[in-house]
Amino acid sequence: MSLRTFKENLFSKGALRGIAAIVIFVIIWEVGARSEQIFGFRVPFLGLVPPPSSVFVSWGGLIGEPSYWQSWYMSFVRVFTGFIAAVLIGIPLGLFMAVNKTFYGMAFPSFEVLRPIPPLAWVPASIIFWPTQEMSIAFVTFLGAFYTIVINVLGGAKSINKQFLQAAQSMGASQWDIFRRIIFPATLPSIVVGSAVGMGITWEVVVAAEMISGGGSSGGGAGGGLGFFIWASYVGGSYEQIIVGMISIGIAGYFSSELLRQLGGYLTPWLKTR
Amino acid sequence: MSSDNSKSQGNSEIVANNISKSFGAGPFAKEVVKDCSFSIESNKLTVMIGPSGCGKSSIIQLIAGFEQPTSGEITMNGVPITGPGKDRLVLFQESALFPWMTTYDNIMYGPRARGEGGKESTDLADFLLNKVGLEAFKDKYPAQLSGGMQRRAELARAMINKPEIMILDEPFRGLDHMSKELMWEYYAGLYEEDRNTNFFITTDIDEAIFLADRLLVMTNLPTSTRKVIDIDIPRPRKIDDVADSDRANEIKTEVMTLLHEEAMKSFSGGSKAAADFLEAYSKRSG
Repeated sequence: MSLRTFKENLFSKGALRGIAAIVIFVIIWEVGARSEQIFGFRVPFLGLVPPPSSVFVSWGGLIGEPSYWQSWYMSFVRVFTGFIAAVLIGIPLGLFMAVNKTFYGMAFPSFEVLRPIPPLAWVPASIIFWPTQEMSIAFVTFLGAFYTIVINVLGGAKSINKQFLQAAQSMGASQWDIFRRIIFPATLPSIVVGSAVGMGITWEVVVAAEMISGGGSSGGGAGGGLGFFIWASYVGGSYEQIIVGMISIGIAGYFSSELLRQLGGYLTPWLKTR
Repeated sequence: MSSDNSKSQGNSEIVANNISKSFGAGPFAKEVVKDCSFSIESNKLTVMIGPSGCGKSSIIQLIAGFEQPTSGEITMNGVPITGPGKDRLVLFQESALFPWMTTYDNIMYGPRARGEGGKESTDLADFLLNKVGLEAFKDKYPAQLSGGMQRRAELARAMINKPEIMILDEPFRGLDHMSKELMWEYYAGLYEEDRNTNFFITTDIDEAIFLADRLLVMTNLPTSTRKVIDIDIPRPRKIDDVADSDRANEIKTEVMTLLHEEAMKSFSGGSKAAADFLEAYSKRSG
């Protein structure tokens, strides 16, 4: 993006609306949080929350703290380990279930029984299964994305227009060529959507898993991930830091989704033309 | 029948012998093709016309080998058809261009799939792109092309495979009248260039008469061959000439009468499509 288009985007109507909404939200929050000092009574809910000004002050102090960035790093590592494993296992599994009736018949029922089990219900079991705390968290994160990816890939691959397959067949394409150049690209949009949704779930899961499992083996608060950062702030009574942790997760999730969107757009250029 | 592969005039390349096709089984079985016999002759453009929903598309599925007849047999050069093959290429009603490939990659799909993506094929692809007027659009995705361009791209994608027989299932349906006439000229031009065997299905009488060497008029559901008419209008044909030709109008009247009778039959059977046809027919003759 050139500087000019950047400026145009920044001052476009849409962007200005977004910025205005955030500014108004922060003002209401600030006033609500200081309501006791300003109006002499506490506004429900907002009156109990630390005001954004002190959250930013607290955040400013944390920016220089390596342990805060360590939390980011740990959560990112866990999210991406689980997510990449889910992509690497989920996509081939979904595709194989779609093209092979025998395998579908064998795998789908068990898959459908396991799928409704929330990933967090696996936390105790995976702490027992896996040798390290780190692996248990990554496993639970993996489950968060895995089912969504498989179900999307399966659905996408099964709903391919039959005429694409017949057209390829009648042009003399081999089964492998049909898989590689018809079924796979036809499923790509579903793969991208499944991955994007899966990524969202991974962030939800990793935070909860970190809270439950006490932040992983590195322990001691530092290096426990953003979920543990929030939990530790709560236990330590630093309400400002709870909110810093929450906003941090929001930003981290946004960057992860944006990364996937960019990658998805690059992989499916034909969808942009519609 | 001879299993001779030569493509001399008047040779029957595809022969359907008393074929029937039902979908479903038991009391729910629906018979769409019944005791139907016809032939598609080599190096001719055979057009099949019949009321919409009469089972013509099922016949295509059978010739292409995607489905097998319930009884009877279809042979190609004397050999029974048991599955799809690149000697019989189908152009479907709706565009089946692969949305994730550019026009050029779509056209090159067949040769590349068979490992024949060399210079001979790329030259032919360029030639065909030029023929169908899509050179400037070779790097566009199908969604960026108009309906008529998509159909032309599909024609080129089929022709690059040099099939022994091209099967077209109402390929120009849904195009506006101007694009349709333009497509007739493109398509007839391509056909006249190499005179390969073509089998074309339509519900449009003007399209049928303009394009056909031989016209098969079909009955209503379950379908069979009602009449075979040789269209002896000289080629190359011009749309205006054909419209003004007495012979063409004679044939048109004959075909209309046949289709009208078929529509009457199915109208008494409660078909909505037949009612539409009858209304149009009465306006025309009235």
